[in-house]
Amino acid sequence: MIRPDAPVLLEIRDLTARVEDQPILKGVSLTIRAGEIHAVMGRNGSGKSTLSKVLAGHPAYTVTGGTVLYKGEDLLSLEPELRARAGLFLGFQYPVEIPGVSNLEFLRVATNARRAGKGEEELDTFAFEDLVRERLQVVQMDPAFLERSVNEGFSGGEKKRNEILQMALLDPLVAVLDETDSGLDIDALRIVAGGVNHLAGPDNATLLITHYQRLLDVITPDYVHVMAAGRILRTGGKELALELEERGYDWVDAELAALERTPAEVG
Amino acid sequence: MVAASLSTPTAAAGAAPNGWVAALLASAPDGADALAATRAQAAPALAQTPLPSRRVEAWRFTDLAPLTALKPDRLTPEPAAALPEPLAGSLRLVLDGRSDPLAGISLPAGVEPIGGDELNATLGQVLAATGSAELWPVLLNGVTARQVLALRVRGPVATTLELVSDAGAGEGILPLRLLLVLEAESSLEILQVHRSGGANLTSVVLEARLGEGAELRHGLLAPGAETGCLLATVAVEQATGSRYSGVSAHGGWALGRLEPRLVQREGAAHSTLKALQLADGRQISDTHSQMVFEGPDGRLEQLHKAVADGQGRSVFNGAVQVPREAQRTDAAQLSRNLLLSDRARIDTKPELEIVADDVRCAHGATVSRLEQDELFYLQSRGIAADQAARLLLRGFCEEVLQELPAAARPWQPLASLLGEQGR
Repeated sequence: MIRPDAPVLLEIRDLTARVEDQPILKGVSLTIRAGEIHAVMGRNGSGKSTLSKVLAGHPAYTVTGGTVLYKGEDLLSLEPELRARAGLFLGFQYPVEIPGVSNLEFLRVATNARRAGKGEEELDTFAFEDLVRERLQVVQMDPAFLERSVNEGFSGGEKKRNEILQMALLDPLVAVLDETDSGLDIDALRIVAGGVNHLAGPDNATLLITHYQRLLDVITPDYVHVMAAGRILRTGGKELALELEERGYDWVDAELAALERTPAEVG
Repeated sequence: MVAASLSTPTAAAGAAPNGWVAALLASAPDGADALAATRAQAAPALAQTPLPSRRVEAWRFTDLAPLTALKPDRLTPEPAAALPEPLAGSLRLVLDGRSDPLAGISLPAGVEPIGGDELNATLGQVLAATGSAELWPVLLNGVTARQVLALRVRGPVATTLELVSDAGAGEGILPLRLLLVLEAESSLEILQVHRSGGANLTSVVLEARLGEGAELRHGLLAPGAETGCLLATVAVEQATGSRYSGVSAHGGWALGRLEPRLVQREGAAHSTLKALQLADGRQISDTHSQMVFEGPDGRLEQLHKAVADGQGRSVFNGAVQVPREAQRTDAAQLSRNLLLSDRARIDTKPELEIVADDVRCAHGATVSRLEQDELFYLQSRGIAADQAARLLLRGFCEEVLQELPAAARPWQPLASLLGEQGR
């Protein structure tokens, strides 16, 4: 939902970042307002996953330039856990398995950390169990998964559902979902997308990072951005995704090559 | 990982009888109790055995200094600290090395004490069968112990036996000697808990003989004290078809060393060893395990986990012997180690001697820090870095701790090992 007067939640300006000595992001700018769903598409290696990790504060990535304002405040100076408590959520492409840590306890500790960030009271174990059982329905997940170790032995689809369950519990303002559709069969995709649609509202925003159109068949984006070589090459509406689907990414390469022949003006 | 370089004990032989040992021998108890003969045998042997030093392979990484700093005398008992309520279904026997742990206790059906000639005939046999009789910690126990808890088990026993000692804040040595004889097809669960709150040594020797088809589920939980030492030898002799499952967790001792020594006399038995040890501060946590298959078709599943923090030192040596007659042995040993500080140290060494040709013997060792990806995942959910590290550490430990007998729960295994609970 596009409302020009809606508050800006995330404002990325000329963001550059590297991993080890390799520059990955080469000047990304993006503005996200409340109520909007954005999709970032691009080939593997275009930098779209890096963008999500930089936003969440992954220590392997170093920001070398630019700014990110989250609700008007500097996001990049915050530790990853403070970003999460403030309402930024990263749905992982490869959710991490944590043996020996119970999923239920993990979810409770995370939920309470976020609640503290919102100035709400912590939930005790009983109140939390009620909440989690209710939110399980968003992703049609079996309560048995609560008793297991975090993501351990989960199938690809179960891991992604567990991500959306976390999103449902953490009630983020900005959810960045990195390749949430990868590795999902069509039923799991529908369930996961249903969860995302259910959670999207006028006061929050979603940034979908995806390779394929098929996720955008079930979640309709307000904006589609095409990323290549560490920057956003073009921005459009949902029809841009369809165009990509039809024409492939070759034209992106051509456009990028043209761009690199004529150096962009600095300003 | 460290390659084995076998130095012979003679390298250290010829040393003059150590002053600490001499003082200990001078203070050794006399009397006509059930262990008088054991003491009479152990005393000259201990006098002749050089004090374990870094020159002896089995003690290469384990400095005995915290132990010889202790008073070479039997512990003067202090009033025992309050113990947690035992879980329903478990029977607690409190061991203080002096009084009769069975006084006023009615043992569950199927369990009875062993005494008299039978005790004399049985005591020490499993130590001999597992090659443990001459181990220094066993000799040390031999000269100091004055009392033995010896039990025979017939049939399945539903009650868990909890064998508990608390050395408290007193100085000296608390010697504990235990003997279990499981008749054929019997089964028993026991939990040993050994605590300390001061400068003392808890010396434990357990012998267990498992008859055909018998099953022993054995937990050992030992949260220590900054200046306390623990030397525990667990000798297990298994007949065919028997199952031994040992789960141990120790940490927090200035020096804590466990020596599980198992033998499958005719093979065809099942042995499981799961262990967790922690070393923080300047502590040493050590496990030297030995598994010997003396017949075919034996199985071993062994998981050894260690955490070293501060300037702590963790030592693991896992010996597995598969001689020619032990065909079709299936043994798997895994050592997983978590190194939490730059100044901590981990030494881990599998020691497989395989002569039989038709066997499956797997072993592996990993040493790692906390995984950055796991930490970041937790942080990205709002969990602070230090809390995330604690969760991961707990997860690492729980894999072993959750295998302890249920009776361990009131002792809060993890909190007690990490020194997080009030005593």
